This record gives sequence, structure tokens and C-alpha cells, in this order.
Amino acid sequence: MTAPGAQDLDIELTVNGEPVSASVPASELLLDFLRERLRLTGAKRSCDAQVCGTCTVLVDGGPVSACTYLAVEADGRAVLTVEGFAQTAEFAEFENAFMRHAALQCGYCTPGLLLTLKSLRDAGELGSDEQIRHGLDGNICRCTGYRAILDAARELAGTAPS
Amino acid sequence: MSVLERTELLEVGVSKPRKDAAEKLRGQAQYVGDMEMAGMLHGKVLRSPHAHALIRDIDVSAALAIPGVATVLTAADLDDIEPYYGHAIKDRPILAIDRVRFAGEPVAAVAAESEAAAEAAVRAIEVTYEELPVLGTLAQALAADAAPLHQRRPQVGLFHGLGDLGDQEGNVCYRYRLDAGELPGAGEGDIVVEGDYTFPAVYQYAMETHATIAHYHGDGVTLWANCQHPFLVQAELADLFGLEIGAVRIVVGYLGGGFGSKSYTKLEPLTVALARKAGRPVRIVNRVEESMVTSRRHGMSCHMRTTAAADGTLRSREVRFWMDTGAYADNGPRVTATAGDAAPGPYRWPAVRVEANCVYCNTPPSGSYRAFGATHLQWIGESQLDEIARRAGLDPVELRRRNLVTPGEPVRPDGSGKPLDADLVGDVERAAQAVGWDEPRRPWVGRGVSVGLLAAGAHPVSRASVRVCSDGSADVYVGTTEMGQGPRTVMAQIAAEELGLPSELVRVHGADTRFTPYDRSTGASRSTTVAGLAVKRAAENAAARLRETAGELWEVDPEAVRLTRGRAEFAGEEIAFPELIAKRFGFRGGEIIEGGEVRPTGGATGSYAEGPHFWEVCCAAVEIEVDPDTGVVTVLRTATVADVGKAINPQLVERQDEGALLQGIGNALFEEMLFVDGEIINDNLLEYRVPRIADLPAQTRSIIVENADGPGPYGAKGCGEGALAAIPAAIVCALADAGVPMTELPLTPERVWRRIGELRSQATTTMEG
Repeated sequence: MTAPGAQDLDIELTVNGEPVSASVPASELLLDFLRERLRLTGAKRSCDAQVCGTCTVLVDGGPVSACTYLAVEADGRAVLTVEGFAQTAEFAEFENAFMRHAALQCGYCTPGLLLTLKSLRDAGELGSDEQIRHGLDGNICRCTGYRAILDAARELAGTAPS
Repeated sequence: MSVLERTELLEVGVSKPRKDAAEKLRGQAQYVGDMEMAGMLHGKVLRSPHAHALIRDIDVSAALAIPGVATVLTAADLDDIEPYYGHAIKDRPILAIDRVRFAGEPVAAVAAESEAAAEAAVRAIEVTYEELPVLGTLAQALAADAAPLHQRRPQVGLFHGLGDLGDQEGNVCYRYRLDAGELPGAGEGDIVVEGDYTFPAVYQYAMETHATIAHYHGDGVTLWANCQHPFLVQAELADLFGLEIGAVRIVVGYLGGGFGSKSYTKLEPLTVALARKAGRPVRIVNRVEESMVTSRRHGMSCHMRTTAAADGTLRSREVRFWMDTGAYADNGPRVTATAGDAAPGPYRWPAVRVEANCVYCNTPPSGSYRAFGATHLQWIGESQLDEIARRAGLDPVELRRRNLVTPGEPVRPDGSGKPLDADLVGDVERAAQAVGWDEPRRPWVGRGVSVGLLAAGAHPVSRASVRVCSDGSADVYVGTTEMGQGPRTVMAQIAAEELGLPSELVRVHGADTRFTPYDRSTGASRSTTVAGLAVKRAAENAAARLRETAGELWEVDPEAVRLTRGRAEFAGEEIAFPELIAKRFGFRGGEIIEGGEVRPTGGATGSYAEGPHFWEVCCAAVEIEVDPDTGVVTVLRTATVADVGKAINPQLVERQDEGALLQGIGNALFEEMLFVDGEIINDNLLEYRVPRIADLPAQTRSIIVENADGPGPYGAKGCGEGALAAIPAAIVCALADAGVPMTELPLTPERVWRRIGELRSQATTTMEG
């Protein structure tokens, strides 16, 4: 959040396909912009240091840690949060894979994981176990122990043993 | 259950999908930090920069002048109450009074219209401190000339639960002893293994930090809090603020992980005090560095000595250890007692001496963390056992086979408490086999197996209620907190089984102390076993009403009516629940609602000494490889044993085991909170490393053992903690098997590499000598 009285800047972007324009302090984080202004709380705050991945959203299709990314950096860009992703046809496949493997427990890291997986698959980087392990290294899950997440990711990658 | 013996379970024992999955996957699940109330203010806490200091002055005038600031709270605002809490020992003030005892202790709090204004105000508060000598380590706190951290006479908390507080000696706030048999005299043991060991402070790192919204109003106070034990917090808040228990309402939704970090009372009293002064709802959400000084796992120093006959028959074990509970006791006494119970290990000991000490230090408070006590001690006892096996020329599995207690034998060497309710020999054999125990070993590869017991179940008091609505669907009201472990799914399965409903038609809700029946706590692996049994009984009672109605309708013995798939059936007749309930009430309304209760029976009180409710098995085996040039330990294969009596939902049991496995790897290999003069220096995720997906071993196996030997529903007993105690122990044993015995955790590459260097130079010296 920003000190009161800071200079505001005008930004225009799309969030989950909807155009949004706002006047924001230069120091406002994208995470606070989404959570506080737009009330999109699917992206979560945890480590505040771009390590854990719970705040992951996609900006122009690529994953960013919204906890260390300024709202003004998203000016002119397309932001996708889990709320938007959940509205797409593609989401069902991710949802089913995670449900089938029970690849979530407390659910706090789950939105960030789903969006990271989507961006990996869109970029053609979701294939081998090595790619999955590399691609998900920035998403910490303290509950599941990752086995089920790996299994769900393999299924999404089309590499799950049948 | 009806007199018609149920031939098969339809809902229980099935891996049903999680009830909460869709909400969580779609980002719709609400956590406290996602919630806003009308008129809500944002709270921020000013925390002490010093580990030990007197507070000479607090000047809040500049803070109050900041636009948007509603109020600033200091200890002076708490004059009208006795502002000390602590469920075990009432030693902790809501805000520091006259002195701070750890770096990070709340000194003042601000409520403001925005988080930014609250943060600015916190920075504007001027506090004058006079620094005191810091007792930042166990050695400093235990020194003969150490000043006591606390000046008030210790008062027992509402839920001490461990008998008398006893005399406090210096900074030892609680002591637990376990004595049995006559220790052998010097030189009597053919094999003697003895050493000093160190276990680090560890952070639970639930991904969601502590968060509370409090609204203090004319009728009492309402909180939305991410607490594991809402009913214990409710009682403590009522006691603190002079309210009736029913005037304190706590609503608990989803928790973003707990692992013990959100057990007992944490941020709630401060949030209530701030809201009380502000007269408006206030939300406080910790940042991660604040949660790291809110709860953690105890660091520990331990001395252990184990003796055995030359043939490997165990003779005695002596253990003394000291746990750094921080500046306030929190759950330290129970952690200490549980560690004391875990110290001997589940073996037949002719003689045991355990002295467990819980020690105040000028460090942040320590409390519960998954498998507490057992995680602290199991790796030490098991590594000594393996050393005995080496000297006796026995396979470690064989040594355990000969010495482990068997079902029905006493676990505590003094014969007190619950006898063994598990097949430990079978568990050890299964785990060892799953990591290729008898396969040839490559150099620098080692295998280890470990087994232990964790006193589980806590105080066995839970109530629940089950309501069958007029449309035939059902609600379960149970106080268990859903923090990821899956109780909403498991409770739905249990209720569904008894009601003869598909679990898809059963809803399980979060706790709201105004409406939800009492449940002691969510921890100690008790939800399925204790609260689950209360749910089963409530559902049985509701089912009895349904059968009774069908019996009246058909003029038959209700006991002969069968409930299945949402219908009552008897001799070819059947009626669906909605019609059945309509028959009972004469219209399309009404409901069936019944309760269920679990409490100590047969003259028992549920005390710790009588307990535990059950012994949770902590058993695992691993294969590791160590790189002698770098000290890096890689876990190759793991097997964890979930000895659960009956798996209500096998997939969720596996997930619990796998989660504990990775936390065990973190605790063993790299997790460590570092303190300098009592102040934590790695309070962020860049410097405090938790396991990532890359740390997942190539091969993991979760073995579910179902011997129906638990006190819970269908013979179930709790799970999900054991692997966390067993994995570090198995890793330490495996590393010793690879040639590198260690006495300090975590097994960082540097520590292991240095040890390999020492061993090599010792070997060289021996050869030269």
C-alpha cells in the first residue's frame, strides 16, 4: 500500500477480459490493486518477496508475482486472475485434474499454481517431469507434499501414465 | 447401526473428491484476509525491536495526528481488565506492560481507515526503551545467575491440562518426568551410546498468515479468525474481557494451513482489545515476518544415553532435554510433556529416566507444530538404537523386531496410560521393505528406518449435530477446522454412511461458536477420531429418528428399517427421505436434528496422565545419497506408514502423509530459524527455505495400514503427523548408515561436509596412530 498523498497515475488495462481504468499511486502493488480495489481475492498474499507464488497472476499470458509487481506496470496489458481463468472452457480440464488427484488441501496456493500451469502449457513448457519440476519451482505448497500436484501436472501435460 | 448388520460400507473407505475443491480451485474460498466488514478499520501492530528491554515511555501523539487514524492502543488502555492470557500458563500480556521480552513483541497497535495510514501511524509512535541483558539461548536462560524473565507469580491457564504447575525454578516454566526401573550401574551395559544433540527452531509456515477481524459491540464480541481451536479461544477471550462465554462469537472459515501455528490463542486478544477501543470492526492481518514471531517450533538441546546387552537387548535410556519456549509459555508445557513421552521410544525398557524442561528465553514464543515432541526426540533415540545395532552386529530391523512393544503392552515404561494400539513390528517391516532394505548398497548411499509414537487425541471431548432437512439433504455441524486436512469431506462421508445418504447430499460447515456444538480443538490428529466419532453418533441418532418415523408409518420395529441411498426400506416397502420427513411433520417442512457426544467415560477424566486417547504411529523408511564433496544429501526413496485403523478416505490419508513427508524433509535437511541475541535474522522466505517441488523424492510410497485398532469411527485413528516425526529420524539413520553420523539438525550441506571432513581426519589419525 501507498503513503497517503502520493501522486496518482492513470492506467488502463484489461482484467479477466474486462477493460479497467483507474488512477493509482505509483507505488501501488498489482496485488493490492486486484484485491482491494477490484475485490478479486483469488490471488493471495504470503511471502511478499516473490518466492512463494500464491500471488501469481498472468500478465499478457506470463506469470508474475503480483506482490512485487506495480499496478502501473500492468498499464496497457491484459491481466488474468483465477476468477477469470475459472470462466474459461479450458479451466475444466485443470479443475478435473486437481480434483482427481486431490492436488490441493488448504487451497491457499492453488490459484497461483493453476495459473502457473496454464502459462507453462500455453508456452509449450509443460512436458517432462523435469520441466514440471522446473516450472513449478516458484510455487510453494506447504500442505500436499507436491506428489499430487506433480501427478495433476503430468495429466495436464499429457504425460500421465495411463 | 441397525440390527441388520451392514454388509458393506458405501461412503466410508472411499476416496471421495474433496467437498471444498471447487471453491478453492476457483478462488472463491474466503479466508479471513479476504473478508471485509462494513465500517471496518485496518489494524497494525508496533512490535519491539529489542529482545529484552524496559519500556520507559510511549508517545502516540504524532501517530494520532496522522489522517485516517482512528485510535492507538497501548497497555494503558487495558487497566480495566486483567490483561494476561495463556492457555497453559497465564503469562502473556495482550500488549507489553512495562517491559518487552522478545524482539517482535506487540507494544502498541493502531486502527486506521487504511492499511497505509495504520502503517504510517505505527512508524510514528515513539517508544523509549532501556535495554536489558538478553537471554537469547537456552544456555543463557539456564545459567545460574540468569535473571528470571517473568516477575509475576505464575498462574495456571484455563487449559493447562498437565496437572500442577509445580515450582518454577529460574527460567524453567514446566518440567515433565518419566521414571521407571533401576538404572544399571556404571560399566554394566555392554553397549553404551551417549551424546549431545541439537534441534533447531523451525517455522510452521502455513501459507496464510494469522488474521483476525473483531467487532466489539453491545452484546459482546464477534470474531472472524483463522484459529484452529475456536472454543478454547472463545473461553480465553471471555475470561480476559470479563464476558460470558456465549457473548464471544467466533466464526471460522477456511484456514490457509495451520500445522499447529494457529492453535490456541494468538492474535485474537489484541484484535479484540483494539476493536473494543475503536468501537468499530478491526482487521489485523499479519505479514509473514510477524507470523514468524507469533508461533514456531521449539529449538532444543538434548543429552541421551542408551545401554544394551551385547546381544542387543535394550537395558536403559536416560534423557534430559531443554526446550526453548521463548518469552511466553504458549503450548510449551504440552510440547515438553509430549516430547518426554516420545523420548524412550516404543521399546521394552527395564529402566528409563526422562527429564524434560520447558525454558523461558528472550526469543519469540514457541508452540505447536505438527508432530511436536515426537519430531524433536525420535531422530535422537532412533539413531542411538541404530548405533547399538551396529555394535551388536544386528540389522536395525531385527533389533527393532526384538525390542519393540507389542499390541496391548504398556507404552510408557512406568506402565501408566494407554497401552499400545498398533502393530509396530509390521509397520517397520513394511516401511523397510518398500525402500529396498535388503538390496545391495552403493557407497555413500544409506538406508534408515524409524519408528515412534506420538501421544495423540488431546482431551477427548467433542460434540456434533446432524440435521436432515425436509428435502432429504443433510448438514453436519462440527467444530473441527478445515485447514486443508480434509475434515469437511471426511465428516460428510461418516454422516452419509450412517444416514444412508450419498455424501454428495451432505454439507459440512465451518465452526461458528454461536451455533456449532463444542469441539475441544483441531490438532493432535484428533478430528477424524474424536470429532468424527461425535459426528457418527449424531448421525446414528438422526438415523434412529428416520427409522422411527418409518416404523410408525409401516407399523414395524424401527430397528428393522434399513436406510440406504436416501430412502427407508423394509420388506419391499420404500420411502424417500423427503416424503418420510413430510409424514413425520404432516407437511413439507420440519427437520430431524440430533446431537452426538464424545467424552471421557468409565470414571476417566481425559487427563494427560490417563491418556493419550490413542498413540499415533510415526514410522518411515528412506534411502538417501550423500555427496562427500559437497555434503548435499539427496532423498532417493521414501516409505511412510499411515497406521490409521481405518482410512475413511484413503486418498486424503495419502495426501496427509505426503504433506508430512515433505515437511519432514524440510525439518531434516534445511529448515532452521536463526537468532542473534534473541532476534531472528532470517524472517523471510528468501532466507528461510521451505521444501519446493524440486525436493520431492523420485520415489515416494504411502502405506496405509488398516487394523481397525483405533478408538474412532469404524476403528479409525488419526494420521497426518507421524511421518513428520519419522522422516527426519529415518534420514539421520540413513546418513549414519552411509557413514556420516550426525547430532545436529538440520543436515545442511556445510554441516554434513564438515562432519565428513572430521571423520576423514579421524580415520587418517587412527591409521597413522
